[in-house]
Amino acid sequence: MTDIGSKGARRAGGLTRRGALKGMGAAAGLALGPGFVRYAQAQSSEPIRIGFQAHRTGIGAAYGRWYERVTEAAVARINEEGGINGRPVEIVVEDDGTDPARGAEVVEKFANQHKTDIVYGTLFSHVVTGSAPAAGELKMPYYVVSEGYHVASGRLNRWVVQPGITDVRSQVTSVAPWISGNLGKKVTMIYPDYAFGHDHRDFFEPAIAAQGGEVIAKVPIPPTESSFTRYFPQIPSETEVIYHVMVGPAVLTFVKEMGDFFGSGGPALFGFIDSLEAVALSSPGLEFLEGSHFWEGMARYAQPDMPDYERAYREAVGIDDSGASLDDPKDVSTAAHMFGCWETLYVIKAAMEMADYKGPDDRAKVIEATEAMSGFDAGINHPQGAKRFNGKLHQCFGHQNISLVENSALKVVHRTSIEDGLYEPEADYTAQPF
Amino acid sequence: MSFGPHLLLATLEGLVTSAVLALMALGLSLVFGVMRVVNVAHGEFFMLGAVVAWWVASIVGGHPAVGFLAALVVSPLVVAAVAFAAERLVLRRLSYEPEATIVATIGLLYIIQQLALTFYGPEARPVEAPFSIRVTLPWFGYSGYKLFVIAVAALLVVATWLMLTRTRAGLLMRATQYDRETAQAFAIPVDRVYAGVFALGAGLAAIAAVLIVPIQQAHYLMGLDPLLLSFIVVIIGGLGSLRGTVLAAVLIGLSDGIISVFFSPTLAKMLATLLVALVLVFRPQGLFGTAPR
Repeated sequence: MTDIGSKGARRAGGLTRRGALKGMGAAAGLALGPGFVRYAQAQSSEPIRIGFQAHRTGIGAAYGRWYERVTEAAVARINEEGGINGRPVEIVVEDDGTDPARGAEVVEKFANQHKTDIVYGTLFSHVVTGSAPAAGELKMPYYVVSEGYHVASGRLNRWVVQPGITDVRSQVTSVAPWISGNLGKKVTMIYPDYAFGHDHRDFFEPAIAAQGGEVIAKVPIPPTESSFTRYFPQIPSETEVIYHVMVGPAVLTFVKEMGDFFGSGGPALFGFIDSLEAVALSSPGLEFLEGSHFWEGMARYAQPDMPDYERAYREAVGIDDSGASLDDPKDVSTAAHMFGCWETLYVIKAAMEMADYKGPDDRAKVIEATEAMSGFDAGINHPQGAKRFNGKLHQCFGHQNISLVENSALKVVHRTSIEDGLYEPEADYTAQPF
Repeated sequence: MSFGPHLLLATLEGLVTSAVLALMALGLSLVFGVMRVVNVAHGEFFMLGAVVAWWVASIVGGHPAVGFLAALVVSPLVVAAVAFAAERLVLRRLSYEPEATIVATIGLLYIIQQLALTFYGPEARPVEAPFSIRVTLPWFGYSGYKLFVIAVAALLVVATWLMLTRTRAGLLMRATQYDRETAQAFAIPVDRVYAGVFALGAGLAAIAAVLIVPIQQAHYLMGLDPLLLSFIVVIIGGLGSLRGTVLAAVLIGLSDGIISVFFSPTLAKMLATLLVALVLVFRPQGLFGTAPR
């Protein structure tokens, strides 16, 4: 082995100075290139540039692709209607790799290199939590579509807002009464062992207790796990309801293995559709879910009583009646979350117009204008439904859907009221200085 | 659940892990043993095997077993062909220098992974199991397919073993592994043996993937975890020792299953890593490896 090694060392020594310089020059050129593409100076007709932090790769990639499509559709519609303050909107996409460190770099890149007016996007809570300090330091408005409780908890900063999607605390609080009233009171929770799962754990327990129910066991699962059968013995036999919220590529395995383990005689199931976003319900192995219930932010399947604006929204983002892409019925959308992108962009438009946004100096005004909002009416700008917005929490509150799996499709059986999801606020971002 | 059934479940789960790990680590070990190449892209051959399996199964209609069997034949061949091409185009040109090949296979890892993301997409896609029998035990149900995986993997390990010890191709591989120069002096086409071994190693990973894909779905990032476990197995068993690799796979798989059922999966991973550290300190050649000559 040693003689092979020394041969390699000799060869490495053959690197010439000219070659090294050439390589370094090329690398420097690559790194600097995109930064030079820039408008000479701000003009009123110059586009408003929105930096879109997208999960193009990494475990969030399936969400990221649909977030990107919805963003494109919303921006196309906004531009058709005259843009923001008469200025066209331009989206600059950067991949955050579903990685917190990369997410923070992307925010810096938007601020320093792309010179975007604001930053928007992204779902996974660890990426948002990782990127928020960068947004705060750079004084860059950061509109997230992430549904974690991190925004409303007050742990982030004044530059982070979540006006387009409700948070986990609100979601679990609003579904708890329905679960205890319809499925059972003894609940075992299965959740991923990181921030998103912990939000579920921390807020569902008091919410179900308030309804006279009880969480009798908690089964945290490491986020990288790919096999689940080994966890099922931890589920007590007196369990009436299994509350499951799994994310990532292994969720199909999770459901299948649960089916193998319990057969047809198991407890009732209540899940968060997060587990099966971008997954067809007709996938082999999901037969076991028939008759179980899911939370859905927005219905994946077209419902018979769907309002016209919801139909128009579905058409604009390009999904068919079963929530799959119009171009490819196998390409299932992340319908329960992606509406948040559409709605957030309309909030950004409204806030920028209220603030009479002219350029980066007005960034704080955009945040103030957003904080001044109190709610949004249902309609084509907010197709998921009416929302209340708490400017102090930087968080919106809305209706939630509970859907039944019937013939491998989801049928909305209950829609919670906005009040069901309200809770005692813990934060006031408006008290923080810019 | 009482202790007996609990242990049974843990053992079954452990055996499934062992089965897949044994096939995969066997490929890694073979490549290292014969070629002295640490193939960091091995996990991506596994992933590619799963993706090709999905692709084959979705083209072939009819009963799920037809698609599965087609995948079991086509996928390892396709992956072996990709590996063969990579060996000819990259590794051979680097003269199999250890440092260069590590960097090259890291590059290969990213290329294969990103191509999968581009052309296959970010979703986890399932392949239907060839049959869906639920084995009902008094305490819990268990997937009949998982038992099938254990049996098939055991058969394949034995078949690989026989191939290496009883056939001419196996003899050439063992001779090359034992002493490359002397083998060459005896007119063994070492160059072609290398290409064959690299393709065979990748093919074994692909077979493991086809077996696992009805349980775990094909996803473009699925190669990382098995790669790490395979390295653990190969280091514990002794780099290049096939017997050690198989035994270490069973050991790691079972302990992973049992410790994760009774304690926590994180503890199982910690213990496996600790075992690697101990082996490296006290017996660097691995439990069954021979010290370098």
